[in-house]
Amino acid sequence: MRAEPGMIEAEDVAKSFTVRKRSGRLRRTRTTLDAVDGVSFTVRRGEFVGYLGPNGAGKSTTIKMLTGILTPSSGSLRVCGLDPARRRTELARRIGVVFGQRTTLWWDLPLRDSLTLIRRLYRVDAAAHRTRLAELTALLELEPFLDTPVRQLSLGQRMRGDLAAALLHGPELLVLDEPTIGLDVVSKATVRGFLERLNTERGTTILLTTHDLGDIERLCRRVMIIDHGRLAFDGGLDRLRATVGADRMLVVELARPGPPVVLDGIEVLRTEGPRQWLRLPNAVNAAAVVSALAERHEVRDISLREADIEEVLAGLYRGDHAYWCSGRPVAP
Amino acid sequence: MGVYPWVAWFAFRRYTAYPLGSGAEALTNTVFGFIRASVLIALWRARPGLGGYDTADAVTFCFLTQALIGPVQVFGGMELTERIRNGDVAIDLYRPTALQGWWLADDLGRAAGSLLLRGVLPLVAGALVFPFHWPGPAGAAAFTVAVTLGVLVSFGLRYLVTLCSFWLHDGRGMDAVALVLSLFFSGMTVPLVVFPGLLGTVARGLPWAAQIQVPADVYLGKHTGTGLLGALAFQAVWAMALLAAGHVLTGMARRKLVIHGG
Repeated sequence: MRAEPGMIEAEDVAKSFTVRKRSGRLRRTRTTLDAVDGVSFTVRRGEFVGYLGPNGAGKSTTIKMLTGILTPSSGSLRVCGLDPARRRTELARRIGVVFGQRTTLWWDLPLRDSLTLIRRLYRVDAAAHRTRLAELTALLELEPFLDTPVRQLSLGQRMRGDLAAALLHGPELLVLDEPTIGLDVVSKATVRGFLERLNTERGTTILLTTHDLGDIERLCRRVMIIDHGRLAFDGGLDRLRATVGADRMLVVELARPGPPVVLDGIEVLRTEGPRQWLRLPNAVNAAAVVSALAERHEVRDISLREADIEEVLAGLYRGDHAYWCSGRPVAP
Repeated sequence: MGVYPWVAWFAFRRYTAYPLGSGAEALTNTVFGFIRASVLIALWRARPGLGGYDTADAVTFCFLTQALIGPVQVFGGMELTERIRNGDVAIDLYRPTALQGWWLADDLGRAAGSLLLRGVLPLVAGALVFPFHWPGPAGAAAFTVAVTLGVLVSFGLRYLVTLCSFWLHDGRGMDAVALVLSLFFSGMTVPLVVFPGLLGTVARGLPWAAQIQVPADVYLGKHTGTGLLGALAFQAVWAMALLAAGHVLTGMARRKLVIHGG
């Protein structure tokens, strides 16, 4: 055995579904849909990893395989050293899962009762339960609504309740499927702050899927991006920017409209009246470009834009790299 | 056992959380009890002793079945069906428990709550207005066992119908078929004792009979001695067979699983 096995080890994991489509009055054709198409990665103990991708990319399918709900069609998968589909029950006692759009809580009963049932479900002893519940109550600020029926909770309160439910048995790994979906700014901040502490102070490994870029920028040191069932990127946020979005953009407003400016190694992406959008590769010194521009043209205004993570992702999902031009690439 | 008694207890509390709603249903069942009783009285006046029942038996049967509508959920349906349809079943499948065990425990708690809130009123109202039979202590004990087994059979049937949603994507057709079978073959429409010849024999041998007809006959004292044991064994065998089928089908559903809605 290796000294430090990964918390999650996926090797060439694939999942395909057979879909029947109506192709005539009675005829149905079977097609195979590759929801996840050969994904390999390792998540080490203590990591906080963002798992991103557009809708239908295969994120939820991956999570369902990680939690043992779905069996991979091929490849090998180990979570906490276990085969999830075969040892689902054992694994469930060691991991916590939050499906942001669904709830493990009982609608008609107070939150406290749901948490009591979860203690029975995971066979947590009374003393450990008391300690953890007190801790989670304080961190997630559950006290004001512990005795309120879940039906009456706001979405933010319910989500905090669900987080508590997923953590009552002290899991080593927490898998979160869009935990901040639909939350307001304050609730998001509470949830993010909590997750950050859980990861840094407790060392709980966290895998997070989200469409919320604030979550990623605030929490994830590493991101994996899945698209069309394949892993399109795996690395740090900085490297993500460098890989697909290293180029910055210089927006120049000249004194009067004119033909695109000519500078070595600079491409003009777009012109609009006196304004011009220039692509600035990372290797080019921005100051030198600015002074060269000022020498040759009368410049009114100038601004430099770093590609932000949202545009980087949008570009990546679309499969083009002209993301920094507000989604309007220049016609050739 | 572990968590299951707790699931049943919380289900009991969940289904008794809205007493006003349950009260309204109990009232409806009582009113329909009066309508059905009037029809049955007319029938037994025309054909005294039909199926071995006297008029008081028929009326008691009627209000018993009205009281059992909720506990054995004779109109079918399970919360799980909707959860399969909208994908919430992912949560159920992820829990470190058996899917069928979890929902069986939930259903037993539900049935107990339903018997309490929806069963008492029709029985008492019927007894006050019409000629009525009350069982002795032994009869009441046997009836309790028969109702419990009836709930198990009812769960077994409904769970199988529900699991079909994994394959059918839309379970409404199955629900409709299940409803007709349940109403007709349980004794809910008319007691199975009046079904003639072969139809009656077949109907009394099908699992639906174990939901209503058998508990009602046990209540009315139609089975005694070994006959009573035979009636309870009939229910128990169906319950075990259905739960075993449910277990096998759950395994198949897990393997074939498509979770709707991502």
